Amino acid sequence: MELPKEIFKKYLSFNEKLYNFFVTITGLTIFNWEILKQIFIPPYEISEVKKHMNELGVKTFPIVSVTGFVIGLVIVMQSEPVFVRFGASDYLPGATAISIVRELAPVITALIFAGRVSSGIGAELGSMRVTEQIDAMEVSAINPFKYLVVTRVIATTMILPILTIYVIFLSIIGGFIALTISQGMNFEYYKNAVVTSVTFGDLIPSISKTFVFGYIVGIVGSYKGYIADGGTEGVGRASTTAVVLASLIILLFDTVLVKISLMIWPL
Amino acid sequence: MAVVELIKIENLSKAFGNKVILDNISLNVYQGENLVVFGQSGTGKSVLLKCIIGLLKPDSGNILIKGKSVVNISNKDLNEIRKNTGFLFQGAALYDSMTVRENLEFPLKRHSKISDDEAYEKVVNTLDLVSLKDAVDKMPSELSGGMKKRIGLARSIITDPEIMFYDEPTTGLDPISSKEISELILDLQKKLKMTSIIVTHDLNCAHIISDRNIFLKDGKIAYKGKIEELSKSDDKFLKNFFSNEIIH
Repeated sequence: MELPKEIFKKYLSFNEKLYNFFVTITGLTIFNWEILKQIFIPPYEISEVKKHMNELGVKTFPIVSVTGFVIGLVIVMQSEPVFVRFGASDYLPGATAISIVRELAPVITALIFAGRVSSGIGAELGSMRVTEQIDAMEVSAINPFKYLVVTRVIATTMILPILTIYVIFLSIIGGFIALTISQGMNFEYYKNAVVTSVTFGDLIPSISKTFVFGYIVGIVGSYKGYIADGGTEGVGRASTTAVVLASLIILLFDTVLVKISLMIWPL
Repeated sequence: MAVVELIKIENLSKAFGNKVILDNISLNVYQGENLVVFGQSGTGKSVLLKCIIGLLKPDSGNILIKGKSVVNISNKDLNEIRKNTGFLFQGAALYDSMTVRENLEFPLKRHSKISDDEAYEKVVNTLDLVSLKDAVDKMPSELSGGMKKRIGLARSIITDPEIMFYDEPTTGLDPISSKEISELILDLQKKLKMTSIIVTHDLNCAHIISDRNIFLKDGKIAYKGKIEELSKSDDKFLKNFFSNEIIH
């Protein structure tokens, strides 16, 4: 994988930030193309994908559990006075569930996942790059891109939707607990309100976009780690920039995907 | 016995930006020999090795391994050539997340249909060659620098390569470990009848293992010959280089 760095240097040497921006965009595009090409070529490294899914799931499980629960709790605590003021407290469970399902759970889970996983992948692959482990794999006639990058990207793409469904569930439980404390809410009533409010039109776009977010987390972390240089400093840089870049791209894609989903499934 | 040309380098040049690292180098490596590549730091010794194995693409020139060019070649064909070679990296480059056993099994299981029992037996036998049979279940973080080099060497030779590349095999080791590694390389070369290119600036190592030496300077092969000839040369640069090294 070779980047046209010399060409960028020639035309963009007057501004380092602009140069870095174009290098990153081009690099990610080439990386993306390479992943899409190699994903269908055997060997499929299924055991590696499973291993990464397991590791990533275990790694992020505690933090998303806490976050999921707190989101539901806090959303209800913040919204309740407003709903009561407008005499619409009956709508609170449904409205909370819709906001959690459609936007809060997918985006917040993705951002947490990016912080935890993108940086981890960046550091791991970066460290393998600077200690020549990736070169060692290549000279052993093993495709390091396939073994290290493609497997991780598939794993992040598959695991994030699962984590998001789990966060949605926990958030709704959190909301119920908040309402039970403040209003002594009946579980049956709460459950019916949530189930009748949330439709497949809310769930499908929400879960679908988490596949995209998972892919972004995997590709950005892998890209930053795979091209790392400059020893331990380079590894640190790869890890930090991976989180920032992945979070930014997630938010950008979210805007686009929300627009698309509203066109397909209008509210 | 006829001399067989295993590696042929023709007019090889490589630059990074404006800095020319290798400048029109031509070189032949013959079957069964140990060729040592000398040079000061930054003279392109490792770059030469990485060009030969296809990790770096030369700007011009050609490299032939057993008559096949590795410069303009598909990844698939390059990997076929690589299966027949071993590479010991400066820092051993052991995979951190794998045990010693997994490190050795990794290339083995991917390139041959071998059962778990056969693979384990091969791992133990190879570790025995580098006298580290007991380290089979250790993680790389539990090994000393010298042990890592030995395991790295074991991983490189487990697929029975015909050609071995060593990038600074003794750097960072104490004199005793350096000597042990050098003797081990020579011993393995004799046992396994491999052809080796060794990049180093350790004269003691070169004394033990080299059949032939080349000296890189300013991107070119400035000197070549046997170590005894080079060390006795009247050339001012060589005299200066050799006088700063302790030879036992």
